[in-house]
Amino acid sequence: MLTDWEAWLVIVSIGAGTLLLRFSFIGLVGRVERVPEAALRVLRFVPSAVLAALTAPALFRPDGPIDLTLGNERLLAGLVAAGVAWWTRNMFFTIGAGMAVLWLLQALT
Amino acid sequence: MGERSLRSAYAAGVIRISPVILGIVPFGLVAGVAASEAGFGPVKAVGMSMIVFAGASQLAALGLIVEDARLLVIVLTALVINTRMIMYSASLAPHLRGVSVPGRLGLAYVLTDQSYAVSITEYAEHPAGLSDRVAFYLGTATPLWVVWQICTLIGVVLGASVPTTWSLDFAVPLVFLSLLVLALRDLGTVVAAGASALVVVLGASLPYHLALPVASVIGILAGVIFERLRGA
Repeated sequence: MLTDWEAWLVIVSIGAGTLLLRFSFIGLVGRVERVPEAALRVLRFVPSAVLAALTAPALFRPDGPIDLTLGNERLLAGLVAAGVAWWTRNMFFTIGAGMAVLWLLQALT
Repeated sequence: MGERSLRSAYAAGVIRISPVILGIVPFGLVAGVAASEAGFGPVKAVGMSMIVFAGASQLAALGLIVEDARLLVIVLTALVINTRMIMYSASLAPHLRGVSVPGRLGLAYVLTDQSYAVSITEYAEHPAGLSDRVAFYLGTATPLWVVWQICTLIGVVLGASVPTTWSLDFAVPLVFLSLLVLALRDLGTVVAAGASALVVVLGASLPYHLALPVASVIGILAGVIFERLRGA
């Protein structure tokens, strides 16, 4: 856990850095006419790569070691949730389905 | 272009963003609960939501705080996650040409995945003047901002009283999972996601909690290389 001072340092650093990222091209408009095509080709993959890295550990190694067995309740719940996300494109239903399957599996074991 | 037109452009933005707002309610609640798990009280939790205003990076940073990661790694990871904002900024910039610098700074501050997606679609479908474009964009962005702060506050207040047997921590990866599914648009993005997931799972023991930024960069490279090979 962080001290007060460290927590605010982290918050302000992330906030300032994120504002710079958001302002980047909106700020340059007029000075830079077009965004380099090469940059867009790379940035296009940022959301899928980052979100996969954020999701995968919680499903494939919930307790530390890699667990690909049927005993891994979070992996099963995640697979169902992924299906629901694909069908509904709705975060509410995705979280609801994932939590419901997890609670069900936990109640059964 | 009168005041009336501006008001209706703003209202059009609000209407178009409202289904999305329903989706960020659980996201904001989860961010508030995660903040309370990281030892944040209401002031720091809402302070973070106001200063950062980018959910995925907030959740990732809060998770790393719980794991006692180095401060630099926490900040670096959050910024890697938010690199995608450069892409939105680049894509929106031509539509906001003519706004003053402080004005553009304000518009950039409220830039999110959701406001970007809804606004850029609107600009393509219904070309309009600069003031209408700005009003529409603010119509998408300001309700999101308000709802995000309220949900964070509710989440952090409730967070302390949620029993751990509810496994509510699992809602965090479920939020990311639903965003991930929306981000998978073609084979290239699937390759990037697959490579990144593989590296993060196999590389969980990388020092200083660097698995996420390392896996993200490798995933992005895998997507770029795949596209290059397929195009060649």
